[in-house]
Amino acid sequence: MKPIAKKPSPRRFHQARWDEPVIFELSQTGQRGVLLPPVEAEIEKQVGNPAQKLPEALRRKKPPALPEMSQNQVLRHYVRVSQETLGVDLNIDIGQGTCTMKYNPKINDQLASTPKLTELHPLQDEVTVQGILEIIYRLEGMLKEISGMDRVSLQPGAGSAAIYTNICMIRAYHASRGDAQQRDEVITTIFSHPSNAAAAKVAGYKVITLYPDPDGYPDLEALKAAVSDRTAALLITNPEDTGIFNPHIQEFVDVVHQAGGLCFYDQANANGILGITRAREAGFDACHFNLHKTFSTPHGCGGPGAGASCVTDALAPFLPVPTVEFDGQKYSLNYNRPQSIGKVRPFYGVTPNILRAYAWIMSLGADGLREVSEVAVLNNNYLLKKVLEIRGVSAPYAKGKHRIEQVRYSWEKLTAETGIHSEEMAVRIADFGMHFWTSHHPFVVPEPMTLEPTEAYSKADLDEYVAVLRQMAEEAYTNPEIIKTAPHNSTVHHTHHDPFDDPDEWAVTWRAYLRKTGQTKRE
Amino acid sequence: MAGKKLGLIVNPIAGIGGRVGLKGSDGLEIQQQARALGAVPLAQERTAAALEVLHSFTGELELVTAPGEMGELVAQKCGFSPQPISGPQRDGGLTTADDTQLAAQAMQEAKVDLILFAGGDGTACDIYQAIGSNFPVLGIPAGVKIYSAVFGITPKDSGELALAFLQGKGVRIHEAEVLDLNEDAYRDGQISTHLCGSLTIPYRRRRVQNQKVPTPASEVVQAQAIATDVVERMTPNQAYILGPGTTTRAIAEHLDLPKTLVGVDIITRDKLLVSDVGEQQILEMLSHRPLKLIVTPTGGQGFLFGRGNQQISPRVIRLVGRENILVVCLASKIAALRGRPLLVDTSDPKVDKLLTGYVEVVTGYREKIIYKIAY
Ligand SMILES: Cc1ncc(COP(=O)(O)O)c(C=O)c1O
Repeated sequence: MKPIAKKPSPRRFHQARWDEPVIFELSQTGQRGVLLPPVEAEIEKQVGNPAQKLPEALRRKKPPALPEMSQNQVLRHYVRVSQETLGVDLNIDIGQGTCTMKYNPKINDQLASTPKLTELHPLQDEVTVQGILEIIYRLEGMLKEISGMDRVSLQPGAGSAAIYTNICMIRAYHASRGDAQQRDEVITTIFSHPSNAAAAKVAGYKVITLYPDPDGYPDLEALKAAVSDRTAALLITNPEDTGIFNPHIQEFVDVVHQAGGLCFYDQANANGILGITRAREAGFDACHFNLHKTFSTPHGCGGPGAGASCVTDALAPFLPVPTVEFDGQKYSLNYNRPQSIGKVRPFYGVTPNILRAYAWIMSLGADGLREVSEVAVLNNNYLLKKVLEIRGVSAPYAKGKHRIEQVRYSWEKLTAETGIHSEEMAVRIADFGMHFWTSHHPFVVPEPMTLEPTEAYSKADLDEYVAVLRQMAEEAYTNPEIIKTAPHNSTVHHTHHDPFDDPDEWAVTWRAYLRKTGQTKRE
Repeated sequence: MAGKKLGLIVNPIAGIGGRVGLKGSDGLEIQQQARALGAVPLAQERTAAALEVLHSFTGELELVTAPGEMGELVAQKCGFSPQPISGPQRDGGLTTADDTQLAAQAMQEAKVDLILFAGGDGTACDIYQAIGSNFPVLGIPAGVKIYSAVFGITPKDSGELALAFLQGKGVRIHEAEVLDLNEDAYRDGQISTHLCGSLTIPYRRRRVQNQKVPTPASEVVQAQAIATDVVERMTPNQAYILGPGTTTRAIAEHLDLPKTLVGVDIITRDKLLVSDVGEQQILEMLSHRPLKLIVTPTGGQGFLFGRGNQQISPRVIRLVGRENILVVCLASKIAALRGRPLLVDTSDPKVDKLLTGYVEVVTGYREKIIYKIAY
């Protein structure tokens, strides 16, 4: 028998590519996935027609226009679509910087799918759900310890929702002191996650953004010029999305506090600082975590992640209701909090993710969490060294310094020398079954690429990823056409971004699509 | 597909100064000096790179070119059969701005679908002066100085964009600022751009030197957001001096008022008081009513005062007072500064000093940044 031949590096890849219609187009009138038996006479006699018991206002006049399909069609559709994705379970997913795409242990999914959890009803009596309340309460306790804050709410369904929860609490705090009208400005930085500015705007604030100083740090002098008696809060991410930790963070906090503002710490980038530095010691009044990043729960493809809002005692009265309380014997839900901002989400949070995060932290312990951060930082700095050896790449700012958990690189030199843009590289990399993300807009770092290796990947994984980047850079110099015309082996097609600010050119629902294309029903 | 007509103008001496370090090619003397240093103009090879792409045009493409070195020759070399416009043919590096302008006018009259021109900021200015802001044109970057946002990022990008535009592939057009740089000052190590006008260009994100920074919202939308914010702050009866630029013009547009693009105008919330004023007129008005000032920096270098808005003199600035100056700027222009401060050069060092420090810059609706001014 011959030994199996060695495979080339980088490894070859070819993705499925289906001409798969939108599910609404697959619909055929009358097709059914499940045929329900008629209601038995006895049951009908006992129950009557339940639909008639619904209040008039809740009854649909017309049935919803859902796709009508058989089971196997539905299955086929979604399996095909799933073959056209990349993700943390398939590829070396270190290219979605700022998103902390770490491995999500499958055992935690198993725990989350146990009927003990899935069969719970959110309206069940407290005494019958002591177990999950205990887990919520204990996870809150762990996050208190990790952040140094006094109270935590796990109700927000994502990081941005947690930021929004925090800014709402800050607004309520100023209102409680009669300051809400006057304090109408929120300060953030350009390398803070844009959700900080966005959440503040949704909460009705004017937003002031600070640009970095020449070293890439937020500019303290600019902050001093920005604060006033109109400052409601500073919302700042640290480490910022460049992977640079702001060493003057405490001075930032002091300047804002002196002006009477509060300080919120976006800790979605906490994967490199667990057990090393905390919001409390830097003087913050509030912070948040993304459980679906740092604490290893799935990102949910933009669906339910899980956020945690953490606050000091001064802000605790404003936490969303209900809070989970423990009197030493029994867990309970407390709605009686007159200063609460109310609810930010139905019920109590994304419980399956709360359970996963709890399990993940329990499996590691305090020392394990610190080790997670140490390995994440080590991986990142190894990657930094390797990537900088590639032709055409640089890492603007903080020259010669180490980074925390991610780096925003720049292909600027490669673009100048080859005409290939980072967005074209980002399409080409899909041909290798990999992915990278550029950055938020505007591109303050030109031709950006943001990589975050987390603790989950081995040296061999990182080397494999780097080999792909190196090969692409080589192609840019020697065979740019292959990049310009990519993708060749992947499903991704080119999308045109130009019409994005013209609402007539896009639709987010099928109904809107039909209306905007002048069709009533697709033939 | 219906036939299309493409105009082509090459400024044959564009870029000649660059490779020998002369920082520009304005003026015959510089051009001769450059040739003496062994310079070869880049314009032909750069034009060729853009034209190559146009071979994939499906349908009939008629190429209307300026004569000789100004387009005809390179088009032939690339395998096209160009129709040169009539006019004098001056080769051997003797072409002038007039030739560019005449060619542009002839192409406008010939109703070409798009004028592709190879050159730099100076060439773009010439074209603007010849045919104004409303005719679709696109630059192939070939000059030494490229600060205007009317060029493809690379010659190939220009070709690809022109191709997509001619084939009607959903390419939009928008108005972009044309800047020019004073080359004498540039050679002395100073950079000074001013707004020279604007051109209408086909536009696709990441294909145009959009001051090199893409933003999620188009510049038009950004400028509208800024205008909405500024108008919200304006008080009745207060008069405002509006500096030059498309961003300040958006404020006037929001109020349904006319505004000169490169001039300075004075408005209130409901009417235009005076258009295209000089320093004296501003001072005159200041002598009987207080004025506030709204300015936007030049693209590229970020000059707030002293470039293309000298009407807003040191005396005007003093009388208005720093606290009454409102700075507005697209976020993309700020990002393009790459951390460099905004600049002032009013020719009065005391006023320059007065202006330095941190300033609020309105970048969107209820959005502002804190940015540094230096001199
Ligand atoms: C620093 C930072 N803050 C906030 C968020 C927002 O979190 P989410 O995507 O869960 O809303 C992210 C997510 O990428 C982030 O990186």
